[in-house]
Amino acid sequence: MATVADTHGAEHEHGPAKGILRWITTTNHKDIGTLYLTFAMIMFLVGGAMALIIRAELYQPGLQLVDPHFFNQMTTLHALIMVFGAVMPAFAGFANWMIPPMIGAPDMALPRMNNWSFWILPFAAVLLSATLFMDGGAIASGWTLYPPLVLQFGDALPFTIFSVHLLGISSILASINIIVTIFNLRAPGLTMMKMPMFCWTWLITAFLLILVMPVLAGAVTMLLFDKFFDTSFFDAAGGGDPVLFQHLFWFFGHPEVYIIILPAFGIVSQIIPTFSRKPLFGKNSMIFATAVIGFLSFIVWAHHQFTVGMPVPAELYFMYATMLIAVPTGVKVFNWLATMWKGSLTFETPMLHALGFLVLFVFGGFTGIMMSQAPADLYYHDNYFIVAHFHYTLVGGGVFAIFAGLFYWLPKWTGTMYDEKLGKLHFWLSFLGFNLLFMPQHFLGLAGMPRRIPDYAVQFTEFNQMSSVGAFIFGFTQLLLVYIVYKCVKGEGEKASGEVWEGAKSHGLEWNLPSPMPYHHSFEGVDIQKAVADE
Amino acid sequence: MILHNLKRLFVLSFLVALGETAWADYALNIPVGPTETSRVIYGFHMYAIWVCVGIAVVVFGVMFYSIINHRKSKNPVPATFHENTTLEIVWTVIPVLILIGLAVPATKALIRIEDTSDAEMTIKITGYQWKWHYEYPEEGIQFFSSLDEASNRARQLGSDIDPKTVPNYLLEVDHPLVVPVNTKIRFLITAADVIHAWWVPAFGWKKDAIPGFMNAAWVEIEKPGVYRGQCAELCGRDHGYMPIVVKAVTKEEYRDWVAQWKQEHAVRQAEEAQWSMETAMKRGKEIYNTHCVSCHQVDGSGVPGTFPALAGSTVVTGDVDGVIEVVLEGKGAMPAFGKDENIGDADLAAVITYVRNAFGNQVGDVVKPDNIADVR
Repeated sequence: MATVADTHGAEHEHGPAKGILRWITTTNHKDIGTLYLTFAMIMFLVGGAMALIIRAELYQPGLQLVDPHFFNQMTTLHALIMVFGAVMPAFAGFANWMIPPMIGAPDMALPRMNNWSFWILPFAAVLLSATLFMDGGAIASGWTLYPPLVLQFGDALPFTIFSVHLLGISSILASINIIVTIFNLRAPGLTMMKMPMFCWTWLITAFLLILVMPVLAGAVTMLLFDKFFDTSFFDAAGGGDPVLFQHLFWFFGHPEVYIIILPAFGIVSQIIPTFSRKPLFGKNSMIFATAVIGFLSFIVWAHHQFTVGMPVPAELYFMYATMLIAVPTGVKVFNWLATMWKGSLTFETPMLHALGFLVLFVFGGFTGIMMSQAPADLYYHDNYFIVAHFHYTLVGGGVFAIFAGLFYWLPKWTGTMYDEKLGKLHFWLSFLGFNLLFMPQHFLGLAGMPRRIPDYAVQFTEFNQMSSVGAFIFGFTQLLLVYIVYKCVKGEGEKASGEVWEGAKSHGLEWNLPSPMPYHHSFEGVDIQKAVADE
Repeated sequence: MILHNLKRLFVLSFLVALGETAWADYALNIPVGPTETSRVIYGFHMYAIWVCVGIAVVVFGVMFYSIINHRKSKNPVPATFHENTTLEIVWTVIPVLILIGLAVPATKALIRIEDTSDAEMTIKITGYQWKWHYEYPEEGIQFFSSLDEASNRARQLGSDIDPKTVPNYLLEVDHPLVVPVNTKIRFLITAADVIHAWWVPAFGWKKDAIPGFMNAAWVEIEKPGVYRGQCAELCGRDHGYMPIVVKAVTKEEYRDWVAQWKQEHAVRQAEEAQWSMETAMKRGKEIYNTHCVSCHQVDGSGVPGTFPALAGSTVVTGDVDGVIEVVLEGKGAMPAFGKDENIGDADLAAVITYVRNAFGNQVGDVVKPDNIADVR
């Protein structure tokens, strides 16, 4: 291109490249969003299969199916794959697909880096999964990787750590891209305070990721040094301290749970107003509450460690700070309720999932308040009560929000309505299966069953059986989701209009675009200025 | 009470639906144990639950009111309001007040639970993969406590033994921790290899056992009885198989137990002074069942691909110094037993004698404590 002649328009007439190279070389935010979501779905099924192995073994007391060591590998990989392979990439997929159209941008700001940040993921996932086939199997320390236990594992350890490094790099690159995009590519007139909640929650999430991922990378690198280079960061015999790792891990780990839940808040904050046919209540306080939650997430980490023997003043501090999180979280919940109040509600699948999110997340919030109480946590800690709690927040909260977002935007992405009947069936089976799966675990924990055990005393049998039945219902329901999405992508179903949902135009720029959005410049032929002003 | 019965009804009807017949002793809630701390934690737990139930009634009440009455069919024209500063201040301040209401009693409870001063006796607890070691420093008593044989047989993969036929399946040990009632006992808790956590639900609290560090906790048990618990921190393959059994007895019975233990110990030392094949094998079997069995198995067959078999092993039946070296130094996943101050040379000599003469191995020699000292 030797001249500066404007070949711009002609150049973008063509559609996507053909064949597999389209996906490998793509720098298009929509393609990369699809890649992220497809990857997340595959990992969700892999991690889910591991969960089903766990629940099958726990169906009755005694060991029937797997060796305890393999059981521990399953609990470890299930968590790592679900957190880093399924939930986080799913939200990154939503960010890629939706942030540019929500802010009136043609694409992400750094498209090549975008390609790279996705393509690191499959390699990291393969590295991690391959450890299952190594001598001695995958690491079996739980996803928390506590030393000295984790240092007992062989070949799998360096591979797992390298995989964590790669996952961290991928997350940081994606975060940088999101921050740069939001700061620089907003349409004229779309001020920060006018920006949709989903973009806001992702902006704050991206900052959290950039701040904590290096801490995790540092901590696991110290493990590597302790294992192979004779350092003693975490070995008391050499002057180190095993609990130091726990502090570093949870300094990453606590913000990490907000990294999972904040984008979920964002999605739900888009959906509830649309189906209530009312603007979001108290948007400014929503933004402020999100920022406060992000800040608080950095100063509460040791509430995961109330039993390690901290001094009492430290325990008290972490208890008070943790309790404070209930305040901004409460503000968000009340705002959603006020948004629904006197609205004109309809209950399509996205709204059902959003309401499912609200019920389950609030329930998980209650158990969270209970566990913030240090004296009671001395009982709850490391038993099934905590397992129930974090699945209510991360699955009931995070995953249900992903379902909600998927059904909400799928017609916009494909131009085809999903099958509403099957969608509702998927919601109800998921919701009932989920509660049957995790509700009994509260009682197991209170009755005294520790977590991460492959076998249990016979008085825990009944609730474990209920839980396992629920797990299989919830798990197999997700195959239905795959079918619904497949059908929709294939174009089997009604054509979707640009607005998709009644009155959606006033709830986001993306609904001013045709469905599906043009492959290249989403906003070609759309008056962005007018759309921004109308909102 | 009504709520409790309703819950039972719900659970029972569900189990009937499943066609399940055994729901004998499931529990729904935290046990109210025999200590003040346990009652405090239980009370606090219930208080927090009721606070949450109160909030839940309001939140879910508003939500379902809205879902029912503000649906499009009933309310076709939505309102347009989207902020109300007074309301937003109210629902920020009220939660703060509720939290203060929780924090004040929690602070008091925590300070009390963590106060280990003025203890009348001390017991040192050491977590091992995968058993507990108890030491009464004032009495000179110490012993290991590991999963009992019946549970251990039943818990093997494909054992075909129904756990329901094993009394206290996975919650029974060979040597329980014996303590007197109405005595403030301080536990000093540590670990030898990885992090464990000592947890008896009836006492309420749990405490991590961390290698190289000493944590403190306490109990004052009011009622004699047997209290059972488990390790609560993932500590490797057999994390689920290191139960805790605390036998609380009256002060008199405790004194008798101490005296009896000392007497038995003296008799045993006298027996072992002669160090015959018989005494070495007897003690060796006990040591084996405590320290070796979880990997090398009861019949010495190991776990193919992970833990080598001892039965028929040419290493085990070969040069005795070689065997001693492996036991002292460890190898791969096997710990260096020679570095453990809770396992003496006599124990090592006994167990090496045992493995060379059990499971069909027939070397016929008796390893003496001196042999161990020589290799060291």
